[in-house]
Amino acid sequence: MSNEQDNTQNKQRIDRYRRKLLGGSAALAGAAALGSGVFFTSIARAKPDAEPASSEVRWGFLIDTNKCVDNCDKCVTACNDEFNLTGFGRPETDAQWIRTVTLRDKKTGHTTRLPLMCQHCAYPPCVDVCPTGASFKRPDGIVLVDKHICIGCRYCMMACPYKARSFVHETIENQKEYGPRGKGTVESCTLCVHRVDKDRIPACAEACPEKAILFGNMNDAGSEIAQRMASEASTEIRGDLRLNLGVRYQGI
Amino acid sequence: MQSTQSLYCFSLRPLRLRELCVRYSVITGALVLMFFSFTAAAGVPVPDIPDAIKGEQCVEETGFMRRNHMKLLSHQRDDTVHLGIRTQKHSLKNCFTCHVVTGANNQPVTVKDPRHFCRECHDYAAVQIDCFQCHTSVPGGRKTTGARP
Ligand code: SF4
Ligand code: SF4
Repeated sequence: MSNEQDNTQNKQRIDRYRRKLLGGSAALAGAAALGSGVFFTSIARAKPDAEPASSEVRWGFLIDTNKCVDNCDKCVTACNDEFNLTGFGRPETDAQWIRTVTLRDKKTGHTTRLPLMCQHCAYPPCVDVCPTGASFKRPDGIVLVDKHICIGCRYCMMACPYKARSFVHETIENQKEYGPRGKGTVESCTLCVHRVDKDRIPACAEACPEKAILFGNMNDAGSEIAQRMASEASTEIRGDLRLNLGVRYQGI
Repeated sequence: MQSTQSLYCFSLRPLRLRELCVRYSVITGALVLMFFSFTAAAGVPVPDIPDAIKGEQCVEETGFMRRNHMKLLSHQRDDTVHLGIRTQKHSLKNCFTCHVVTGANNQPVTVKDPRHFCRECHDYAAVQIDCFQCHTSVPGGRKTTGARP
């Protein structure tokens, strides 16, 4: 296929995306309330397939724990479905890319519930310790494992302060075409990089009925996430480690 | 000087090692060729390469693809994983999507089935494919028919 054809296809894709947005599809109904200025910015940022991820972008989550309701695990289910993360009846070692954590203040008894996944650190300890270069950070801040290189030593699992990574112990079948997984390698939340590269939001953020998980480009002052980060208080889990996290929480 | 040397080549003196090697490799080559033409005649199955469903030319010229598809795949793989470049042209997905083989219930066959596009040649050449330890081998990553009964 020639470049020209590639470009036309991309244009068509962006046009489709634009029509979908203006049509106000259910998933984006929330975004429509933001006013046109915001969404034209995001259209302008639609990344063509042939273009590499940009370091001007920093993808991240802003998670409002006040909205996270007890006994709900829709984000976890959505993640498991997205990547076909099936269990083998061994919860100690079964893959877990996102989990819900309940914190209890011992003094007051107040509990807080939150979804926890890879925090996509700007200074990721997993990358620091990886002996092969398999753990790496994309220019746009997404931390990934290149499973073609990973030797399964699991140093990164030991280094991660958030226990965000899993090791695949079993032979895996029926992988999704966008989510290769295999025995002997380490894996973790990819921030749904396959969706993000196609201008879609991660599966957990899409699935949350309470809109507790907000995804966006933290570096874009016009984005909802950046505006909310500027106007509302939010914090990092174990901010004392100074890892500059891509996931920020409210209400903890 | 030149002429004397060329004369030596055909003399009956003991052959030097290099010459021996050359001569033997020619003989071995001839034997191997004879063996292959013999076995082919005896019916070793030649790859039956599934046509592209689109019925078009492959993304590159066929001879080039035969020799270099693995280089294109590795290159694309690094670009996609590390940089997020998601062009389809040289992707693994494109290979088995275009050359999909359907089995029972009109479902695409996985790499467990010897009729799978990648396996046709890889079996013949006895080259193991590691890609599908992690990657799906069917379009859409659907549940599949498995091995041929
Ligand atoms: S949260 Fe853990 S796995 Fe994710 S980037 Fe940080 S150290 Fe690495
Ligand atoms: S398990 Fe893989 S990604 Fe983790 S440190 Fe070892 S080689 Fe790197």
